[in-house]
Amino acid sequence: MREMIISELSQALHEIARSFAHFLPRLIVMLVLAVVGWVIAYVVRAVLRSILRLIKFDKLSENAGASQLLTHAALPSATEMLSRFVFWVTWLGIILLGVRALGILGLQEQVAKFFLYLPRLFVALFILFFGLLAASFFSRAALLAAVNANVPSPRVLSLALRSIIIVFVLSIVFEELGLAEQTMLVAFGIAFGALMLGLAIAFGMGGRDLAKRFLEKRFVRGKKEENEDELSPL
Amino acid sequence: MSEESYLTDDFLRQLINVGEVDILVGLPTHNNAKTIGSIVHTIQSGILRGFPRERAVIVNVDGGSRDDTPELVTGVSIDDLHPASNLYALRTLPAISTKYASSPTSGVAFRTILAAAELVRAKACVVMSPESTNIEPEWLSQLLRPIYDDGFDLVTPTYRRHKFDGLLITNLLYPMTRALYGLRIREAYALEFGFSGHLGSQFLGQNVWNDGTGEAGVELRFSLAAIAGKSRICQSFLGEKIRIEHHTADLVPALRQTAGTLFSALEPDFPIWSAVAGSQPVPTTGADHEVLLEPLRVNRKRLREMFSTGVAELESVFQSILSPSTLAELQRIARLGDDEFHYPAELWVRTVYEFAASYQKSVISRDHIVQALAPLFRGRVFTFLTENRSASSDDVEKNIEGLCLEFERLKPYLLQLWKSRE
Repeated sequence: MREMIISELSQALHEIARSFAHFLPRLIVMLVLAVVGWVIAYVVRAVLRSILRLIKFDKLSENAGASQLLTHAALPSATEMLSRFVFWVTWLGIILLGVRALGILGLQEQVAKFFLYLPRLFVALFILFFGLLAASFFSRAALLAAVNANVPSPRVLSLALRSIIIVFVLSIVFEELGLAEQTMLVAFGIAFGALMLGLAIAFGMGGRDLAKRFLEKRFVRGKKEENEDELSPL
Repeated sequence: MSEESYLTDDFLRQLINVGEVDILVGLPTHNNAKTIGSIVHTIQSGILRGFPRERAVIVNVDGGSRDDTPELVTGVSIDDLHPASNLYALRTLPAISTKYASSPTSGVAFRTILAAAELVRAKACVVMSPESTNIEPEWLSQLLRPIYDDGFDLVTPTYRRHKFDGLLITNLLYPMTRALYGLRIREAYALEFGFSGHLGSQFLGQNVWNDGTGEAGVELRFSLAAIAGKSRICQSFLGEKIRIEHHTADLVPALRQTAGTLFSALEPDFPIWSAVAGSQPVPTTGADHEVLLEPLRVNRKRLREMFSTGVAELESVFQSILSPSTLAELQRIARLGDDEFHYPAELWVRTVYEFAASYQKSVISRDHIVQALAPLFRGRVFTFLTENRSASSDDVEKNIEGLCLEFERLKPYLLQLWKSRE
């Protein structure tokens, strides 16, 4: 009986030792990959940071309005953020490759999912950046047009346009990432609908006189308002 | 030839039928049926009087008129002139027409005229505006004679204007062009001007047509190219400039045509203007300007209000364009009341130069930079109107001259801004 127990135990110990001996090289491979991955990610970050500084990415980001968002959130510059993001994605990707080498079934599936998700993440970031750029451009265009047309509250108009575009862009980004698609869709619908209804009521109630004056000015040939346009600039 | 690709087959056939000419009169139109008949008659009369022996053609380029303007141009007969004017044609004076687009674009219209002039080998060309309803037959001779007889390449007009007319020209375009390029050309952006066939061909071959800058203000681009190319330029006094209301309705397009075009030309022309100091007069036939002083009611208060609103509302935009000291000074004067408000010449010049440098650096969209200048220009106009309210013609001219000298004095500031980008 005692011998049987000892034999079973030694067999189990052998099994463990054999499994560990089998697993150890994979673990070493993973650790080596993690170290090499860190070096690669570090180099990629340094190269990317130099390229972004060379193309004045911070300036572009400032124009897009992304820098202001980052500053408000006490985050580093856009160049630094993107460099760090790429560093972590690269390192994590290589570590996950190492994890795959361990041969653990459940983990392999998760690793595959992660790699499949990466393109969507990049597309979402791309949409976010250019969406912010578009929001900045169009809100500035609206602000300038409103100021030059002497429209009251031009900044409110510009801000409203900017908010609509940003909400629209965020809803696309979340949809691309597959995060709370239904919630985002409903939230966007409610927010957009409420905004439009609010504007309709505001214009309807508050803008009657404005609309009347505008239509009179546009279509009624009466006494011409005296303004600077009577001076020919050219 | 490359221009054949954008000239229609029908127009090419018409040009072939015309053959070689000495003089080409370009007439860009768009819905000018009401006035075009008398303008074509005046042009014909001007050619018969001034150039009876020369071969000439009137080329109408139409931007999609819906009122039969082209038909009216080609339908005007030279024989109609005889009874009233005692003018008899020694040669035929054909009028041909082409529709270059369904909506008017001055760049395309001018390019079509240049291409036509090159194909018919015109020695001297003149562009006439269909909106100048007070055109006289003598204008043709005044714009063509210096080219045809004296070998000039470009003849720009000078006019008799109201002292508050053409404020964008007197407060920005003339002083800045003069300070940068060193030539005192009063109307570098003109709708009537004469040029040699040689200059036309040179400009046609330049790469200004595909970069978008050839669209608005192409006439100014043409004048600047002539200055930069050291062409022989003179001015000719035409008479009174009729104020055209629908052209003045919006300040922003006018700024695009003038300030936008000038700013965009500064980059390619940097080696030229950076080497120029001071300014020289250009040969002028007749007066180089005349000023009308009749009273004119203007809502100055609205101008100042729009300036103050612009400075307050566009602060974030100005932070990208202007230096902190200039912006602070603008914000200070924006708070002043109507009586104390004064936008001094030095501050205006610094503003314009900083706008030009920011345009070059593309700190934001270039079109947005030009649009942002509009409220500031209104502030400058307010000061100009106040300063010259009861000024005589000499006083007005003295004030404009003072502004020009300020632009010349501060030119090193622009150079400094320009170099700082590097």
